[in-house]
Amino acid sequence: MHSVDTTAAIPALDDAPLVVGGITLASRLVVGTGKYATYAEMARCLDVSGTDCVTVAVRRERLINAAGENILDHLDAARYSLLPNTAGCYSADDAVRVARLGRELLRDMGSATSEWVKLEVLGDTKTLLPDPVGTLEATEKLVADGFSVLVYTSDDPVIAKRLKGLGAASVMPAGSPIGSGQGVLNANNLRICLEYLKDGDPAYPVIVDAGVGTASDVAFAMELGADGVLLNTAIAHAQDPVRMAAAMRAACQAGRLAFLAGRMPRRLYATASSPDDGRIVRPT
Amino acid sequence: MSSDITSSPAEVAVTVNGVARALAAGSSLRDLIEALGFAGRPIAVEVDGDVVPRAALANRTLVGGERIEIVTFVGGG
Repeated sequence: MHSVDTTAAIPALDDAPLVVGGITLASRLVVGTGKYATYAEMARCLDVSGTDCVTVAVRRERLINAAGENILDHLDAARYSLLPNTAGCYSADDAVRVARLGRELLRDMGSATSEWVKLEVLGDTKTLLPDPVGTLEATEKLVADGFSVLVYTSDDPVIAKRLKGLGAASVMPAGSPIGSGQGVLNANNLRICLEYLKDGDPAYPVIVDAGVGTASDVAFAMELGADGVLLNTAIAHAQDPVRMAAAMRAACQAGRLAFLAGRMPRRLYATASSPDDGRIVRPT
Repeated sequence: MSSDITSSPAEVAVTVNGVARALAAGSSLRDLIEALGFAGRPIAVEVDGDVVPRAALANRTLVGGERIEIVTFVGGG
């Protein structure tokens, strides 16, 4: 069994917690619940990741074998804020329908995050890239309907700004395509997204959603100044998902600390760490 | 039964999660949920595109032709 404690060696962060749509989150990692081999493995990964916010999908209840296990039997709703997604929707209207069903499920549970939705309006089954027009349209409709919209989008800074302008509770640019494990492909676009979205509003939450492959991707996104990272496949499809969940937890904290610490400037040439004075030799 | 409802069909036909299903005339959405064994389960119900809150299920009588979706949460990212 694993006995990893990634928190012991990390000093306490002098850091304000992440607040999204009025909900305060202790962890900056949002973890998906899909693709795990078993519910037990999922539960163990979520526990080890340190997350307190997990995404879920809305799907038809099985008409046969309905007595089977439900994911909610394995998710402690008192521990995890549930963020229902609209995955698989390719139009604004479909996404609004699915969002309303997710809200009804959460309201029925008495969930504090019942008005939350992770909005996905996809444009293409091969890339799963967001449809920017449909995403804007659905964001507007859902905000008008009282939702806190956490919106999956591309790393396009102009669309990101438009989504915030429509009232999205969080803009969540993709690092790279969903489930691709390619990490952050365009750091400069993410930098511009962060600059635009946080201009005069530094607490506005920006969460990098999708594309993470391994721990360094999480650390890198956090070092850029993202408020959080949302990931799923990178843990679920790791060779050892539980160990990777621990790695993601540590990476998220490391990246956040590095961002707050402020990195040194990059230089083209070397600067010696040891003093020139007192050398017994001369450079040749 | 009184004779004035003899013209009503004994059954109504609805579509549940894409599957055709016949129900006794006068059945409510809650009757359907119970017949399917979903009572007490975490589900949300939509009829013809509109969510029907749990508290309203018993009062919603099915007249036939409705497209009903019954959903729950599953794992997802």
